[in-house]
Amino acid sequence: MTIHAIKARFQLNYGVFHFKVDLELPGTGVTVLFGDSGSGKTTLLRCIAGLQYAPQGFLEINDSIWQDDKVFLPTYKRSLGYVFQEANLFQHLTVSENLYYGLKRIKSSINNFQFQQTIELLGIEHLLTRRIEGLSGGERQRIAIARALVLNPDILLMDEPLASLDSKRKQEILPFLSRLHQQLAIPVLYVTHSQQEVAQLADYLVIMEQGQVFASGPLATTLSRLDLPLAMDKQASTVWLVTIIEHETEYQLSRVEFSAGTLSLPLIDAPIGSTLRLQIYARDVSIVLEAPYATSILNVLPATITDITDDNNGQSIVCLQLGSQSLLVHITRKSRQLLNLQINKAVYVQIKGSSILN
Amino acid sequence: MLTSEDFDTLLLTAKVASLATVLMLLIGTPLAWWLARTSSVWKGIINTLVALPLVLPPTVLGFYLLVLMGPAGPIGQLTRWLGLGTLPFTFEGLVIASVLYSLPFVVQPLQASFSAIGAQPLEAAATLRASPLDTFFSVVMPLAKPGFLTATILGFAHTVGEFGVVLMVGGNIPDKTRVVSVQIYNHVEALEYSEAHWLAGGLLLFSFTVLLILYSILKSQPVAHPLK
Repeated sequence: MTIHAIKARFQLNYGVFHFKVDLELPGTGVTVLFGDSGSGKTTLLRCIAGLQYAPQGFLEINDSIWQDDKVFLPTYKRSLGYVFQEANLFQHLTVSENLYYGLKRIKSSINNFQFQQTIELLGIEHLLTRRIEGLSGGERQRIAIARALVLNPDILLMDEPLASLDSKRKQEILPFLSRLHQQLAIPVLYVTHSQQEVAQLADYLVIMEQGQVFASGPLATTLSRLDLPLAMDKQASTVWLVTIIEHETEYQLSRVEFSAGTLSLPLIDAPIGSTLRLQIYARDVSIVLEAPYATSILNVLPATITDITDDNNGQSIVCLQLGSQSLLVHITRKSRQLLNLQINKAVYVQIKGSSILN
Repeated sequence: MLTSEDFDTLLLTAKVASLATVLMLLIGTPLAWWLARTSSVWKGIINTLVALPLVLPPTVLGFYLLVLMGPAGPIGQLTRWLGLGTLPFTFEGLVIASVLYSLPFVVQPLQASFSAIGAQPLEAAATLRASPLDTFFSVVMPLAKPGFLTATILGFAHTVGEFGVVLMVGGNIPDKTRVVSVQIYNHVEALEYSEAHWLAGGLLLFSFTVLLILYSILKSQPVAHPLK
């Protein structure tokens, strides 16, 4: 079971905007706060950082109280790292001085090994002596992430760190974030409105709408909930954790294992034993009633329908269970009727395509 | 050429202007910071009060200061009660009057600089464990450097150039309140045009040079570009 190490309750009213949140979040992994602009994601992050004061709020991080009826720790006394949408580096300092700005102010002695590791992880060694002017947006954001991480905080807060970058720079930073994700022991709260970033980074998902939490839960469960707009979206997908068990180089394929079987995927450039995120779009899966006798599709797996719903555009959204994994499938409503698909029916799914995310 | 009396007035002018500039920076910095950050209802009133000397005839300010600091005025009574005598026609009185008169030249550039920095660098510093005071010294002051430079130079130069307030509050006492601008007036009154030329020309050259230096520094160092 998930250990809830973060408890947050906040309420704010700005005219027509009512912000009200009561959340318990896991103490490890990446929790993505997902929603449109104006949904209150950034407000939530700012309340957690203490940059925004919400009267009568409550915040507990790893058994230490940051805010309750009596206490309101000012931001500079909270053990956190914050990455802003704009990198927000100090223009009057060099890159290295920016990195040391926070380090000089924490009580514990500087851990040189960890400092070095962070710089390597974000690939900014060659920039240390540079001034901030003249650095690209992507470089600035990597420095900002490093500046927050070297403090070794209890929690890392990231407010749409990729939103101000063009798609090329985004692709430049995403791999760094994925690596972070694998190596960081502390919880990360990551604000975004990009489904791609959700699929790539989230372990736990909080969906926000109009200042409220609309849904929250582990990524796989939340993505495949048919009562949420995400499942209806054309880009709807499921994310599985898979492990490489074999490379079939003669066919340019890799075999991966997940909780309910194996899949053949285009050759993955990673050693056997690596754990990867596999994204399967709902539109790339089809349903058949019996195991096909002869098919060109390699990945055919038995599954059970757990939920099914129709949208207004002639489409049916089906949620299936494979072992402990959920899978979303988009089919036409006509197919649903022809196959007489019902909850609890045993079927086969054919996965025509998928993509490895890290 | 300049007489020894002229040199004394130059020295006194430099003393008044330096002391007034230091005091204006000490008072003006927190005041400008407050004005730049507050959303208080008092902001408009304080802004207006600080800016008043820009539009008031110096004699009006001088007149009120004379009345307030005089033996019958509340400030005068206070200073007498403290055993300090009264301030008009003293060096101290002249410095106080200069501070009030030139304060907008210090507060306004600082306030503009502080406003341009915005909230973001302050928030970044807070998330990096810097207390508000620490942030002021380690982030705000370096980023507002052009503002401080402008404030110092304009405050000093404007104090050097004042005349009306000096005459009202300070008078014309050698070595105490007789500054360059008053001495030029004395020379002209006595029809000593050659001496007046030397001092007036000197002051013109001084003001021109100081402003030229200021603008060339500011040109090479664009005002407030706190973050990108």
